[in-house]
Amino acid sequence: MLTLNKNPIRFVAVAALVVASTFGVSAQATDITGAGSSFVYPVMSKWSAAYAEKTGNHLNYQSVGSGAGIAQIKEGTIDFGASDAPMKAEDLQKFGLGQFPIVVGGIVPVVNIAGVRADQIKLDGTTLADIFLGKISNWNDPKIAALNAGLSLPAGKITVVHRSDGSGTSFNFTNYLSKVNPTWASQVKFGTAVEWPTGVGGKGNEGVSQYVRQIKGSIGYVEYAYAVKNKLAWVDLKNASGNFMKPSADAFAAAAATADWASAKDFNLIMTNAPGAQAWPITATTWMIMYKTPKNANNSKVAFDFFKFALEHGQQSASELDYVPLPNALVSRIEAYWASEFKH
Amino acid sequence: MPVATPTDILEQRSRRDVRHERLFRWLLKGCALIVLAALLGAAGATLWGGRDAFATFGWHFLVSSSWDPGNDVYGALVPVYGTIVTSFIALLIAVPISFGIALYLSEVAPTWLRTPVASAIELLAGIPSIIYGMWGLFVFAPFFANHIKPWLTNNLGNKPDDGKLSWVAEHVPFVGKLFGSDYPFGASILVAGIVLAIMVIPFISSVMREVFQTVPTRLKESAYALGSSTWEVSWDIVLPYTRSAVIGGIFLGLGRALGETMAVTFVLGNAMQLSASLLDPGTSIASTIANQFSEASGLQKSSLMALAFLLFVVTFIVLLIARLMLRRLASKEGR
Repeated sequence: MLTLNKNPIRFVAVAALVVASTFGVSAQATDITGAGSSFVYPVMSKWSAAYAEKTGNHLNYQSVGSGAGIAQIKEGTIDFGASDAPMKAEDLQKFGLGQFPIVVGGIVPVVNIAGVRADQIKLDGTTLADIFLGKISNWNDPKIAALNAGLSLPAGKITVVHRSDGSGTSFNFTNYLSKVNPTWASQVKFGTAVEWPTGVGGKGNEGVSQYVRQIKGSIGYVEYAYAVKNKLAWVDLKNASGNFMKPSADAFAAAAATADWASAKDFNLIMTNAPGAQAWPITATTWMIMYKTPKNANNSKVAFDFFKFALEHGQQSASELDYVPLPNALVSRIEAYWASEFKH
Repeated sequence: MPVATPTDILEQRSRRDVRHERLFRWLLKGCALIVLAALLGAAGATLWGGRDAFATFGWHFLVSSSWDPGNDVYGALVPVYGTIVTSFIALLIAVPISFGIALYLSEVAPTWLRTPVASAIELLAGIPSIIYGMWGLFVFAPFFANHIKPWLTNNLGNKPDDGKLSWVAEHVPFVGKLFGSDYPFGASILVAGIVLAIMVIPFISSVMREVFQTVPTRLKESAYALGSSTWEVSWDIVLPYTRSAVIGGIFLGLGRALGETMAVTFVLGNAMQLSASLLDPGTSIASTIANQFSEASGLQKSSLMALAFLLFVVTFIVLLIARLMLRRLASKEGR
């Protein structure tokens, strides 16, 4: 300090230089803001770091939940929202918004049964829904045994573990149960939070994983990455074409590829129970929501550039985090949608 | 050139004093009004936010145990019940223990031990609740499920593993229901109550210790001189002398227990169901709001706001009861 004080002019000059060099880079760069789904948060942060390195533009993504993301984009306080549930066509129209998927992930049922490892137990949608309805409450139930010839399951009470917080994971999981089980569809319905007929609630994927690990005889559902990370025993599921599938990146991609995007306006399609022969039945995506005529054209342009970068160059980092990149046909469909629907 | 006489100076001074005095009073009044405004603002905002829920469900909102986002039907009974019962269990455990800690530190402990233990308690009070929650989820809940819960269900509950009812479950009303559970895990109303108790003990015990130290030594020594035991001095001299402050400390702890969010969310099991058993999972007002607020919209959001308003009401009623108790105790004084 003493030496600096002796020569105040030099001190100011140095300080000015430091300030100039700090802000000099970002003088050209644009900061864009997005908010919403926590499902995509890990891959978003990875992409934004890579994108910042390449272009100098920064993305500030707030993982506040889909509902809050939609609310914020409606108020126009952010450049894009991210939601695990698609917005309805009339809502999009009303606010002048457009939406498109960005990445695909799988949700897997996981169990904790003594002696049962991953891929050993098989279930179909109806049975899974009956378990979550509390109708099937013991692991030696004949309906479960019928699907698992050769696997002896011990008698034991089934404890259902579900999410306690509202989440896109629950949205897609309950949506699948509604598609395959009429009782579930009429009684519980689907949404980010529902009135669970039975069981306990864990907070977040982490909470559900923890409960499933602690409770013997439990069944829950988590994003695939959490099942892998926590070494949970996942269940093989029967898909819409009758094949029993192991959860895998290929099976998630097959679901995304075979879903009927062509007839879905604004990509308003929940791809659970997808028809493909190799499709994993509980596959989910997250929609990016943006203004068709943006208030801040420059920011919007950068946002599109970021999404283009993510779709075309972000596949490697997505797979590292156990997400699945969108199939090429879907990517070109999205780029055509950008060209026709958005002004930028 | 006029010269200021001593009386002039005095007059000037007193005028300045009056001005300063007035300013100071306004300042103090302002400080107090800020608290009042913040309280009324928060209560008003939650009531306004919850108006749709109150208008749609009316009184039914208070007595319905259904919380069904699928069909857009909401009732507050389960969270309100969970909030009150967990806080009650917390106080049931925390008050006697805090009393013991405070008495030990102020009456029994050797002087060199008092300061370190007192600072340790204050340190405990500063631990963020999320840490209690994680400890509860990862350490205490599994321990409880493996070691304490089986004993409780088999010896007190109405659903023992081997199907044979214990004497207590058969003959003492309600106990069987309170401890009967066939859920095989820890997170439950009782565990939440115990974790809450650990969280509020530092608050209650440090207030108690502070006020126990204000009891005049001459009173205590007179009692000892008359041959009283330590227990008699504590119960008949120290406690009556500090009663209102002790109750104040207890209600400070209760306030924290009622509003505690994060730790409870981790260990309460988050099940929207009404069960008589303390070993079954439940939910509380604060944890329901924390769980569902980020993804809620429309009537669900309004119902969560209405829940927040009910938390104000519950807390207010509890404080009211505390005031009434204090008044009754005060009127008995001196008899």
